[in-house]
Amino acid sequence: MSAPTVTRGQDTAPRSRGEQVASAPLLQRLAGSPWSFLLPFLLVYGAFLLWPLLRGFWLSFTDTALNGSGGAFVGLANYAEALGDPMMWNALGNTAFFTVISTVPLVLIALAMALLVHSGLPGQWLWRLSFFLPFLLPVATVALVWKFLYNQDFGLINQFIGFFGGEGVGWLSDTGVAMWSIALTTVWWTVGFNFLLYLAALQSIPDHLYEAAAIDGAGAWARLRSITLPQLRGTTVVVCVLQLLASLKVFDQIYLMTMGGPQDSTRSLLLYVYDVGFTGYRFGYSAAVSYLFLAIVVVISIVQLRLAARRRA
Amino acid sequence: MAVDTATRPAPPGPAPRARAQRGETARRQRSLVLGPGPVPRILGMAALIAMAAIWLLPMVWAAATSLKTEQDAVALPLSWIPETGFTLEQYRAMFAEGDVQLWMFNSLVIAVAVTALTVVVSAPAAYAFSRTAFRGRRTLFVLTIAAIMVPPQLMIVPLFEQMAALNLVDTYAAVILPQLVMPVIVFILKRFFDNIPRELEEAARMDGATNWRILVSVVLPLSRPILAATSIFVFITAWNNYLWPFVVITDPALMTLPVGIPNVLDSYGTVNAMQMAQSVIAAAPMVIVFMLFQRQIVRSVATTGLGGQ
Repeated sequence: MSAPTVTRGQDTAPRSRGEQVASAPLLQRLAGSPWSFLLPFLLVYGAFLLWPLLRGFWLSFTDTALNGSGGAFVGLANYAEALGDPMMWNALGNTAFFTVISTVPLVLIALAMALLVHSGLPGQWLWRLSFFLPFLLPVATVALVWKFLYNQDFGLINQFIGFFGGEGVGWLSDTGVAMWSIALTTVWWTVGFNFLLYLAALQSIPDHLYEAAAIDGAGAWARLRSITLPQLRGTTVVVCVLQLLASLKVFDQIYLMTMGGPQDSTRSLLLYVYDVGFTGYRFGYSAAVSYLFLAIVVVISIVQLRLAARRRA
Repeated sequence: MAVDTATRPAPPGPAPRARAQRGETARRQRSLVLGPGPVPRILGMAALIAMAAIWLLPMVWAAATSLKTEQDAVALPLSWIPETGFTLEQYRAMFAEGDVQLWMFNSLVIAVAVTALTVVVSAPAAYAFSRTAFRGRRTLFVLTIAAIMVPPQLMIVPLFEQMAALNLVDTYAAVILPQLVMPVIVFILKRFFDNIPRELEEAARMDGATNWRILVSVVLPLSRPILAATSIFVFITAWNNYLWPFVVITDPALMTLPVGIPNVLDSYGTVNAMQMAQSVIAAAPMVIVFMLFQRQIVRSVATTGLGGQ
């Protein structure tokens, strides 16, 4: 393992030469070898990622309970149960719905914000602060503040609607509205991250492209369509991939704002996994639902990366 | 922690020439979406002001409410400035309880430990992937990157079981250890290390330096901006982390700030002004971090975002 191998590809890192002479004592050789650099990371990776992942996979074939009782191998029974479980399908549907209604605005609003801020209007610092700051707030704070804003009787939003003569809305108590409210909070909370990604991408578009366009007499709209948006394509792919994964994983804000209610209308898949495992005490079944979810995430990721690679090629 | 971001080797970005030209063409380039003349600029400005107002409003409202008495907080019609004036009553009551100080201390210990240990664990690994050769390097790197796809929330059940078996439930270690697996940090550092010129390393090697020596004396000092950016990113993530500390800590004395605040609120009943005061206290450290490290945070988001590529 001390023999330098030649690797091909863009990240070729050649030769750890010289010092690894065959006659050196084993310990000394190990101390200088690449494995000594990897050891700490591989330890935590193995202990706190690989092991729980494999353990969870095993649990999904058992009827283990939270208190450690049970544990008998039940084969695919948990998976079969999950596929016939209306609560699981409801949670999956809620998750898909949330993903759609949060991802679209989280990409489009971030792009609009970045384009406007990059237009050279004064006040850069203030815009960046306003749009990004919420992203830094702990979810507990975000949830408390928005629950207060959404309050049906003395919440700021219903007061505002009432001021214009409108009827108050049950933002978190109406089954048809609650998930939209969660999505609105999520957009407010996290759009700043995507906004900064777009802003960084805008700043790295080479100026000469715009100079050439200016010589050709291209207007603002033409420049946006033929230079800016195509140049942002790579970033858009990244933003969409990250955002989809983040939205699928929604848990914290729902748990803190509605606990999955009213009437399970905001119960996301991860919330269901949590409920089954920690409230229902069914670790095995909870693990099976987890793995169904992971399979979905992996398939979506691979499809997205394939599409992105094809578009770039 | 003053970091000079300009003079260090940077990941692929605008070429120096393009940067030099930026001044001349800045005005032209900036009119990306806005056409010529004052009207589009005024409209753009109006849109920005409206959006910024919407984005700031919830935070300002929370801060204003935290300075009211309980009656004023829910007095209809709502007003920004209460009739009886602002008061620090909520803050005084909160700190008198003592829990908030404790949670803040726990959060700080955990976030600092996670940040420091993540760098200690990730930087050598990134160095191995970037600048050494060994069999299985590519496979191992792909496995590392693939871990980015795994939602950490999925592992709470087996992780909790593991912590229970190790008798670590309700300890700092239980909160810290699982957060040290940050493949995205390894990926970002590797990309940065890839761009450090070989010549610097070669010179050190001529002087008989070992790989560890090169990492510590050559690579890490050159990587200060990216280390600062990733550290801030890890710190913020660890400070704001909710689900895992919530699951693995049940003792109120060991809770982190974001976990403790909503968890213990029930004991007060519905007290909105107090809740807003607690929200402000939970958020304040991050706001201060942002004010101090704005440039590094912006940079860290730009690079961590690219990490998904």
